[in-house]
Amino acid sequence: MLHYLSQTFKKSYVLAEMETRKLLHDPTELISRAVQPILWLGIFGEALSKVRAIATPGLTYLQFITPGILTQSVVFVAIFYGLYVIMDRDTGVLQKLLVTPTPRLALVWGKMIAAGIRGLSQALIVFLFAMVLGIRLRITPWSVLGVIVIVMLGASFFTGLSMIVASIVKTRERFMGIGQVITLPLFFASNAIYPIAIMPAWLQAVARVNPLSYMVDGLRALMLSGGVARVGFDMGVLAIAALLISMLSAWFYPKVVM
Amino acid sequence: MSKTSSIIQVARLVKRFKDLAAVDDISFTVEAGEIFAFLGPNGAGKSTTIKVLITLLAPTSGTATIDGHDIARHAPEVRRAIGYVPQMISVDGTLTASENLMLMARLYDIPRAERKERVREMLAFLNLEGHTDALVRTFSGGMIRKMEVGQAMLHRPKVLLLDEPTTGLDPVARQNVWEHLFDLRGRFGTTIFFSTHNMEEADEVSDRVAVMNRGRIAATGTAEELKAKTGKPDATLEDAFIFFTGNKLQETGNFREIRRARQIERRLG
Repeated sequence: MLHYLSQTFKKSYVLAEMETRKLLHDPTELISRAVQPILWLGIFGEALSKVRAIATPGLTYLQFITPGILTQSVVFVAIFYGLYVIMDRDTGVLQKLLVTPTPRLALVWGKMIAAGIRGLSQALIVFLFAMVLGIRLRITPWSVLGVIVIVMLGASFFTGLSMIVASIVKTRERFMGIGQVITLPLFFASNAIYPIAIMPAWLQAVARVNPLSYMVDGLRALMLSGGVARVGFDMGVLAIAALLISMLSAWFYPKVVM
Repeated sequence: MSKTSSIIQVARLVKRFKDLAAVDDISFTVEAGEIFAFLGPNGAGKSTTIKVLITLLAPTSGTATIDGHDIARHAPEVRRAIGYVPQMISVDGTLTASENLMLMARLYDIPRAERKERVREMLAFLNLEGHTDALVRTFSGGMIRKMEVGQAMLHRPKVLLLDEPTTGLDPVARQNVWEHLFDLRGRFGTTIFFSTHNMEEADEVSDRVAVMNRGRIAATGTAEELKAKTGKPDATLEDAFIFFTGNKLQETGNFREIRRARQIERRLG
């Protein structure tokens, strides 16, 4: 058991490192991914803050949605990460990895960490652009560390979910279709761009079980104003959700080659 | 050599997908150090058999052991004893040659102190020292296949399983890949189990051949034995195949298999 755990941690690190090396060999992806959060903040955010249609007590609208946009851009990276599983399957890389004595859970964690690292690059872009727009955020060593933890946990959860979908649908076309279908509802049924309080009751119920809401809530508490208890609770929910989905994903993952 | 010491032992193995028996009750053994060819058309069940042997698919019934380890009950031990080269291109084009090998070295727990040397040695062995830090997507088909053999052999497994290792390669590259495989067997006594639909290849390189057709093994023996059984004086392995199966070794297989075969040819070409 202890051996299995140490193997899982060790191999997750090896796989995440290789995934990150791929990104360093070709970093264009990071630049193209920067466009979306910049548009959301710079255009959508700016426009809605002029209208003052959404009440965000104590905060400007731009402050309110910055953690939401950060969450969204991280989740978009993660939710399409399963595509790499399908590409690895089509090329044969995955079959070869599955034949090595690597714990299945490490194959999943490796991808989760790699997606988290891509998510952190998104966080950096959002922080920098928020500064350009003059959005006041809380930036302390603890808040930055907290943001890193929440981004990694949230990216892990959605990567795990994405890998399960990829393992089931197996083809790029079907995967992209499902990815498109689930991303926007996930985003809209959350507290990312408006408070849960203004939603109809049924949507509030959905938003409360949506892990994306916990990500936004944790980031909002860290980046704007919120206590340790709230951040701790959000991290706990995300950590448990990520762990459970990684185990489920490790079970589904080897079936992708069948 | 007695039956019990065979490095691969397959007994009454069956793999069903719903109502299709892709592998239909096959039994055979492979001795240590042998080069064993699994010959048959696309869709004969060769790849499925290999996937069961390497623990990617669970058998429906029957048993198989590799180096004494049961593939169903002792998958981790089996995985350490084997190296596998898939039919598709399994080397990562977005990593360099040395990164691809280093990844395998670490996944197979080759001690840190030995890793660099092992990777360097392998690149030299494959005549790829000049391409250590080049991204693999810039490689030719022959270089890619050699890289894959290198990845699968880095941990010095007892058994190397290759699924259609030379499909899509030109004759020179094919020759080159086999020279390296013979060399590996000479150095480490590696047992080489490979599938092919190429008669000449099976004839030239293998010690023994199993003829597979529609999920079953029609005959097993050396190429010479199989040819002799046809009763014709100058029979080819092709004649033997027709003799044992009653049909030609033609491009059968379904849409997906043919599309995949063509994709591989295009990428390696």
